[in-house]
Amino acid sequence: MNWTLALPEIVLTCCGMAILLIGVLQQRDTFHFCSMLTVGAFMLTAELVATGSAGAGYNGLFTVDTFSVFSKLLVLVAATLGIILSLDYNEHSNMRRFEFPVLILYATVGMLVMVSATNLMSLYLGVELLSLAVYVLAAFARDELRSSEAGLKYFVLGSLASGLLLYGVSLVYGFSGTMEFGKLAQTLSDPAHGSPGLIVGLVFVIAGLAFKISAVPFHMWTPDVYEGAPTPVTAFLATAPKVAAVALLVRVMASPFGHLLAQWQQVIILVSILSMLLGALAAIGQRNIKRLMAYSSIGHVGYMLIGLAAGTQAGLRGVLIYLLTYVFMNAGAFACILAMRRRGRMLEQISDLGGLARTDPGLALAFAVFMFSMAGIPPFAGFFGKYFIFTAAVQSGLWTLAVIGVLTSVVSAFYYIRIIKVIYFDPAEAEFDQRPASISVVAAAGALFTTFFFLIPAPFVAAAEAAAKVLNL
Amino acid sequence: MNAAGFPLLSLLTWLPLVGCAIILTVRGDEATVAANARWTALWTSLVVLVLSLVLWVSFDPSDADFQFVESAGWLPQWGIAYKMGVDGISVLFVLLSTVLTPLCILASWEAITVRVREYMLAFLVLETMMVGMFCALDFLVFYMFFEGVLIPMYFIIGVWGGPRRVYAAIKFFLYTLAGSVLMLLALLLMWHVAGTTDVPTLLHTPFPPAMQTWLFLAFLASFAVKVPMWPVHTWLPDAHVEAPTAGSVILAGVLLKMGAYGFLRFSVPMLPAASASFAPLIFALSVTAVIYTSYVALAQQDMKKLIAYSSVAHMGLVTIGIFTFNIQGISGALFQMLSHGVVSAALFLCAGVVYDRIHTREIARYGGLADRMPGYAFLFMLFTLASVGLPGTSGFVGEFLVLVGAFKVNFWLALLGSLGMILGVAYMLYLYRRIIFGALTRPELRRILDLSPREWAVFAPLVALTLWMGVYPSSFTGFWDATVGAMVERHQAALQPAVTLAGVLPR
Repeated sequence: MNWTLALPEIVLTCCGMAILLIGVLQQRDTFHFCSMLTVGAFMLTAELVATGSAGAGYNGLFTVDTFSVFSKLLVLVAATLGIILSLDYNEHSNMRRFEFPVLILYATVGMLVMVSATNLMSLYLGVELLSLAVYVLAAFARDELRSSEAGLKYFVLGSLASGLLLYGVSLVYGFSGTMEFGKLAQTLSDPAHGSPGLIVGLVFVIAGLAFKISAVPFHMWTPDVYEGAPTPVTAFLATAPKVAAVALLVRVMASPFGHLLAQWQQVIILVSILSMLLGALAAIGQRNIKRLMAYSSIGHVGYMLIGLAAGTQAGLRGVLIYLLTYVFMNAGAFACILAMRRRGRMLEQISDLGGLARTDPGLALAFAVFMFSMAGIPPFAGFFGKYFIFTAAVQSGLWTLAVIGVLTSVVSAFYYIRIIKVIYFDPAEAEFDQRPASISVVAAAGALFTTFFFLIPAPFVAAAEAAAKVLNL
Repeated sequence: MNAAGFPLLSLLTWLPLVGCAIILTVRGDEATVAANARWTALWTSLVVLVLSLVLWVSFDPSDADFQFVESAGWLPQWGIAYKMGVDGISVLFVLLSTVLTPLCILASWEAITVRVREYMLAFLVLETMMVGMFCALDFLVFYMFFEGVLIPMYFIIGVWGGPRRVYAAIKFFLYTLAGSVLMLLALLLMWHVAGTTDVPTLLHTPFPPAMQTWLFLAFLASFAVKVPMWPVHTWLPDAHVEAPTAGSVILAGVLLKMGAYGFLRFSVPMLPAASASFAPLIFALSVTAVIYTSYVALAQQDMKKLIAYSSVAHMGLVTIGIFTFNIQGISGALFQMLSHGVVSAALFLCAGVVYDRIHTREIARYGGLADRMPGYAFLFMLFTLASVGLPGTSGFVGEFLVLVGAFKVNFWLALLGSLGMILGVAYMLYLYRRIIFGALTRPELRRILDLSPREWAVFAPLVALTLWMGVYPSSFTGFWDATVGAMVERHQAALQPAVTLAGVLPR
């Protein structure tokens, strides 16, 4: 058995324990120090992930391949950005505790396990490790009613989803006799084994995972949790776990259940259309920017699911490229949201952005870039995500999905450019507080990536292509 | 390498962004920044203009193929490349863009007083997008420029526009975006069939007729909004009225040509069968546009709105010309596009001149300007007459050629099309009479000043172009004769096997 396959996860877990110890043993305030250590641990892990060898191990529980490496690197980048975004916010609010980076670290361990899992059991373990850490994070501002409410809501609904997932897993196990992806694929390649019980189990698995990626109709928790959770937690929630959960869903659908494409394709198509429609329409009426981002993320998940529904390698490649661009523009957008502070008070209303172009041109420009990118306007990175997704849809002949997709992207463009309108066209409000360096760094990095992605898309696309190839859908 | 010996088209496209970078580095108080931004933008656009004259001089009109082609790998595995090149159809539009941009910057010299730096940045970015769009020889690259235009234009209308600028900007953005995204799907389907987005390759890829229909409809959705054709023209009057003068100029001068250029570059040559079978629909929409919007123009109280509606009518003639599929029609459409680019730009500048002085666009607030502003009255008359197509001005040549082409297709089409010209005379002369003639009664007009030297400088090239195009049109048509000839030939060749199937066939 090749135990070194999981070396990055093992190292990260050990780092987590060490950071926890440091945090407990030191008497003085260690939030900043622990955060920096966590970032260091992420970098170390990323290095191990990038240089590690591929293969399957732990009796088929765990696999390292180009797909998992791509997703893991993306998760680590997103988690690092999440920690950097939390630095200043947590200092200023009542969340200056070293447990914060440690929780993010363990959530990240869960995500790394998720994207490498090739057994329904290890999959569930990863999902739960992530979820439990994130429930606590959502309620981290414990003196704030909204945050506690968000945590509780997330926990209750999340547990229900975990239950659905577990129930689906047990059905799949009961009707196929195995939980290992490879063996499942083998069993299901014979049409005789496609029993109705198995399909029901599959649908439950999809439902459980759809909750984790907040796809309609399992999205109800998203707006409330996004709005209620402390903003850095929302920023984290909207990026890293989304990457991991989408990657997980892609792997589960493609490798063990790949032969049941005809069965789950319609489900994914339906979920995708509903997500895109809700993401486009429900966001229009929002006044709170965090809530708007919640609906926007639901819409983005809808687009990603088009790639999955296409059921081809081109589709999976599209999903991965979309995730890549999504992480950077989303992290950047949240950096801009975290910069919305006046006299020490965080602001969340879209109208608070009024005339930002005059008071802080740099931030305004970055915000505009992220909004245009999310709306899918070329030449920004978001356009390429959509481009490769729609390419796959067209190749698979999913015209309904493609047409609904592009039309909802026009509808959602309305609320994105409305934010730009508030920033650029409206009269100026009072200035925001001085931006902390950490926020500026993330916003600038996101904006640069989003703007200049079009110059060298080829290596990223090639990496996504290589990653999608191993799923042999 | 190409005829110029260096990547001329890329330089033309990306040079304005260098100007942007310089403007961004300017520091100092607001007045310094504004002055520096103005001068930098002007010089950048003038350098681009001079470079584009190199293109004008070294372009070989006898060659029907793409020239100055440059190519670089971009997404090579997917048959997508960064490819630039011009042929007879696009070369003059590159020049139109590079000529109008410095004029726009000059026209905004005093009119724009707030956020000058951003304004100049927006115009330079816009120039990059426009030039890049006309040069792009890869469909995806074209699409990126085509949509990228929305970004600077959204800001130009929304930040420096009139009272209803937000409504106009958002309407403009969403209308155009809604059309373009359908074109994106068509692009993807073409890529799926041909395995590349290279335009010269696509031009020689036969698409199955059933697919052509869908592709054509998707293109129509996109280009019809841009042209704009009736009934999706309603964003235009709003956008024109609310945009600052220079914004209207560039919108009428170049942006409206993007749709017609799209028809000529993609729809007609790539989808010959569908183009032929949809020609009656295009004719119907165009004739409706010509007649209906002319009547609407007749009823306008707002100067810019009137000119905007007249643009819709003129562009109706352009689409008629394109879909006649004969040399006269297409040649006329191209000429009309260029002429409209110059004349409507000049008319919006004329509207801007008095707007800068009196700050109203309402026609009724003017009258008798001939007394105080003889120079202005003269220029306005010249452009009015060019707009109605007086022989000797640029407007005549285009309309005449289009109608000749239309006659070859259908008598009634030509008749109804020429009705638009008569109505055009009516609303333009009516506009001119109300603004320039009559008694000067309003007190605020008594101290109005005639054109300043800066304004003369803005108008001079437009006057020269209008007369040059009217008096010696072959120096312009010569550029595209070979290309259009080849295109018409190819179109007819493509239709030969399907003679009995096609609904409308040019003789």
